[in-house]
Amino acid sequence: MSEPRDVRAAVAAGVVGSSESFRELLSAIVTVARSIFGAKASSILLLDEETGELVFEAVVGEGEESLLGVRFPAGRGIAGWVLATRTSLILEDVKTDPRFAGDVAEDTGFVPSGLMAAPLLHEERALGVLEVLDRPERSHFSLQEMDLLGLFANQAAIAVDLLLRARRAERLLEEGGGDLEVVARLAEIVDGLEEGQRTAGMRLLRDLAGTLGASGL
Amino acid sequence: MTGVVAHEYTGETLPAWSLPNDAVDRIALPSTWPERVTREWAWGESTGQGARVCILDSGVEPGHPLVGGLEEAVTISLGEDDEVLVEEDTEGDVSGHGTACAGIVRALAPDCALSSVRVLGSNFTGSGGVLLAGLRYAVEQGYDVINMSLSTTKKPFAAVLHELADSAYFRRTVLVASAHNMPVESYPWRFSSVISVGSHEDESPFTFFYNPNPPVEFFGRGVNVDVAWLEGRTIRVSGNSFATPHLSGICALILAKHPELTPFQVKSVLYLTSSNVGGAR
Repeated sequence: MSEPRDVRAAVAAGVVGSSESFRELLSAIVTVARSIFGAKASSILLLDEETGELVFEAVVGEGEESLLGVRFPAGRGIAGWVLATRTSLILEDVKTDPRFAGDVAEDTGFVPSGLMAAPLLHEERALGVLEVLDRPERSHFSLQEMDLLGLFANQAAIAVDLLLRARRAERLLEEGGGDLEVVARLAEIVDGLEEGQRTAGMRLLRDLAGTLGASGL
Repeated sequence: MTGVVAHEYTGETLPAWSLPNDAVDRIALPSTWPERVTREWAWGESTGQGARVCILDSGVEPGHPLVGGLEEAVTISLGEDDEVLVEEDTEGDVSGHGTACAGIVRALAPDCALSSVRVLGSNFTGSGGVLLAGLRYAVEQGYDVINMSLSTTKKPFAAVLHELADSAYFRRTVLVASAHNMPVESYPWRFSSVISVGSHEDESPFTFFYNPNPPVEFFGRGVNVDVAWLEGRTIRVSGNSFATPHLSGICALILAKHPELTPFQVKSVLYLTSSNVGGAR
């Protein structure tokens, strides 16, 4: 049986959009991040809490074709560190970091030479990591870029949170067959009614809930 | 002045808070402060000798040329019943981050005693519980300085972290903590009992600024820093993580020369010798 918050999530999903549109938003964020920093690539990795893995959820630039959907253990590499410590990190010449080059790059098939990474933090949770790879060598890293990276990560975290909610809701709708869709549709209709009609609609729903055995409404 | 009330988190006893007339002499300061506090007075000739610094992090690679020997290296974990396990650390550094911090402190205070308390597992499953246990252990060891280039966003841990930060402050341990450079709430750097550090872009390791607009109180060198990394290597990094050990190193220099100073006084010395206050003197 679905939890009340799951029903709300299902309802919300119908109203605010599909997971696909949030994926597009993530893609747009990494595209802008890459462009602003003049970098070769940028990506967003999400933490899959069930498997303890980081998954490339959005990739632009080098590795775009091969990295999307690639997973590796969240305990590895710079991204793993950033996720665990919730701390941004900027490394140059990461090829000299044996763990990074040996583990992650082998998994991903792409060995960047420089990397900026910021955690995607939403409320108390670390949802994933935003990475910007291979900024131009000419430029010395500056604090302005660090702040900018943080702002992008913040934006990405909000998008990721929406994506995860939408996915959960979609899963519920799929698992719940048509049942939850009916609930979602009803809530949507009542929510859109004028004030007077809304009151009457709510009364009707309460009576229905009471008839079905709910108490305390 | 004996207290009986054990503190819930720290086990401290609470002393009486008053100062009778006949006790005034007993709290006389051991040395007089100069009319103007200068860097020369604060840490001139100091090499950090005698100061004990703890790196609370991912471990420290023993014998790295830029780090040298360690006084102690332990790893913190939680057992099956969530009991705290403190064991000798034989793994060294699981990421490079702790070694980087240790190398920065060593560069500034070459003769200080460095210790490592590892609060991150080899798969980075450092939980908030391990972080708290590690900090509690470090405070109990009575280090002069604890470098904490990490933070937690978990609110349930904030209250205990706050107690531990205050406990360090009262036990004369200077807790130097990295500020977050993103618009999120994280701890313990936001607590006023710690010395919180953000980054500036200057290349001098002894350039640091006081921030009159807290919560971040000081800015240290944190951009394009060449640091020690795994397997004896070096790497160029940026981030508040690396600004923090610059201030830790300076605190070690100050405390090696003036071991009687309390964290409040150390923070005052930092303020008075900041590059934007009196640092040019």
